[in-house]
Amino acid sequence: MADAEVLTTKIPRLSQDEIESPPLTLSQLTWRRFRRHKMAMFGGVVLILLFLYSAVGSIILPESYANFTDTTLRLQSPTSAHPFGTDAVGRDILARTIYGGQISLLIGLTAVIIETVAGVLIGALAGYYGGWLDAILMRITEAMLNIPEIFLLIVMAKEFGGKIPSVNFFGREFSGSVIVIVMIIGLTSWMYLARIVRAEFLSLKENDFVLAARSTGTSNSGIIFKHILPNSMAPIIVSATLGVANAILAEAYISFLGLGVQPPTATWGNMLDGANSYLESAPWLWFFPGMLILLTVLSINFLGDGLRDALDPHSRAV
Amino acid sequence: MNNISAPLLQVENLCTRFHIPEGTVYAVNGISFTIKEGETLAVVGESGCGKSVTMLSILGLIPLPPGEIVTGKAIFRDKDLIKLSESEFEHLRGDEVAMVFQDPMTSLNPVLTIGKQITETLRTHLGLSQEAADQKAVELLERVGIPEAASRLGNYPHQFSGGMRQRVMIAMALSCNPSLLIADEPTTALDVTIQAQIVELVLHLREQLHMTIIWITHDLGVVAGLADRVIVMYAGFIVEEALVDDLYENPRHPYTLALLGALPRVDRRRDHRLNSIPGAPPNLLVEPQGCPFAPRCTYVIDKCWQENPALIPIAPEHKMACWVDTTTTSNGS
Repeated sequence: MADAEVLTTKIPRLSQDEIESPPLTLSQLTWRRFRRHKMAMFGGVVLILLFLYSAVGSIILPESYANFTDTTLRLQSPTSAHPFGTDAVGRDILARTIYGGQISLLIGLTAVIIETVAGVLIGALAGYYGGWLDAILMRITEAMLNIPEIFLLIVMAKEFGGKIPSVNFFGREFSGSVIVIVMIIGLTSWMYLARIVRAEFLSLKENDFVLAARSTGTSNSGIIFKHILPNSMAPIIVSATLGVANAILAEAYISFLGLGVQPPTATWGNMLDGANSYLESAPWLWFFPGMLILLTVLSINFLGDGLRDALDPHSRAV
Repeated sequence: MNNISAPLLQVENLCTRFHIPEGTVYAVNGISFTIKEGETLAVVGESGCGKSVTMLSILGLIPLPPGEIVTGKAIFRDKDLIKLSESEFEHLRGDEVAMVFQDPMTSLNPVLTIGKQITETLRTHLGLSQEAADQKAVELLERVGIPEAASRLGNYPHQFSGGMRQRVMIAMALSCNPSLLIADEPTTALDVTIQAQIVELVLHLREQLHMTIIWITHDLGVVAGLADRVIVMYAGFIVEEALVDDLYENPRHPYTLALLGALPRVDRRRDHRLNSIPGAPPNLLVEPQGCPFAPRCTYVIDKCWQENPALIPIAPEHKMACWVDTTTTSNGS
């Protein structure tokens, strides 16, 4: 009797809570896996701080202050009045990184929206319909991929830059070049996503549930957007996340070349433009915007990495 | 069987082929059959004998290309389904004709909730609001025996067992009260007890809703308890067609005989090996010449190799395609 009791007590029992709790939904499972990815959590927190930095900062410091030039104060090293120092025309770098951050992040996010819409549409149509439509769309994609991206960016920036007037948005004035840059980055980066989405659609459309959906009279667009697209969300989310980092970098280098967003609108990229003349004499010119770009891109990449693991349907770890 | 009236679906000389890099697959080779209103028709045969392709052709679900419907008509209530446009099909499928598929584990979309998948059909065909569709979905799930249906609408397919998923599939198929239900091996992927439950459920629903059912299977045991009439297919041809009792009591085609002989029986000695049909189904890449069953047939005569027998009536409601009268000829083996 005593032995039997020992045996039964050793069997681990599910607590009442574990038995009663309903099964986890997909988003709960994803969140659980994501939470265990330390670097991704770190990246996420840093990104939130960066958003707060440029959002809260703009409440404290007005935009006119960021664009205020005072040539008597040019190239001042960091002081208590100007914690990040001043640039070649005496503007406060702290204020400019705050407003520059807004533009850089805005460009990153909106360019990715354009990239994702274009990439998903082209990839989905090519993958789902196949045949001649697939052939045409994929040849266009390959042609775009064959042109070096930096070349495409520079040519398009030169061609369209300065042709669009400034716009007012949320009570603020944006240089027209912001829109041009967003369009250019968005329209030169959709190719990889289109290929990913096409590959997803090629395999997903052979699933039984697609046939089952068709047998209940679901239209082609219903199948593409309601049935197959939700199944390929994971790679799209990951690709879009990493796309934000690439868009911020792309903006930084065309702005650095002086072809991107035009001053006085600040971005982290165009703050670096001109800083190369003072690499050693005034390192604060490139250090702060450079670090912010680095931190943002790094955090986004960590975040994307974590999302990739968390959203992977093959990883069953809970 | 008493209230059987006019034909609901009349298939004539349906011929479906697939053009693939290796050549042409002769999947369905000119088959004709009718199904009357309220009747349950079973289609039996080995894997790859064209059962599913026939049904998919009728519903316009064959990918074209590589598929091609060479000839044929499928008259459903004065409409020729073969000639329907894609948008006309979208109205028909799920509304008037519904289909249940073989594998419930893969036939539901894994990332959409059950509720969303059921209500989608209701909203497309009946134009219901989301609330009305949700309510109807709960009714449907209750009708197919899913307990606490209301609380399960928000669940994902992976939270359901195989049998429950097949019930969900049936609920979806029934959502618009279709006049014809095509069940493509709906019990094959399920274990025996669940199989029995699903068959029971369909029998029950048939009575309630007066549905016409085409039941594709390779399980002759299921057929006996369910069907009014049976079609036996082999290599894209119909080889025998009979009322269900007639087929079991008086099978005539050698293939039907062999299929029935291969059934496991409870009363057979346990050390007795199961009977099987020697050989494999023919390569469908070769254009059929002669009787497709000839290479495996134990009654084979010379004529079988030269000419394919037509499906001819041999008794009222009983048709067969064979040169040999198996009732008078002794088994060749």
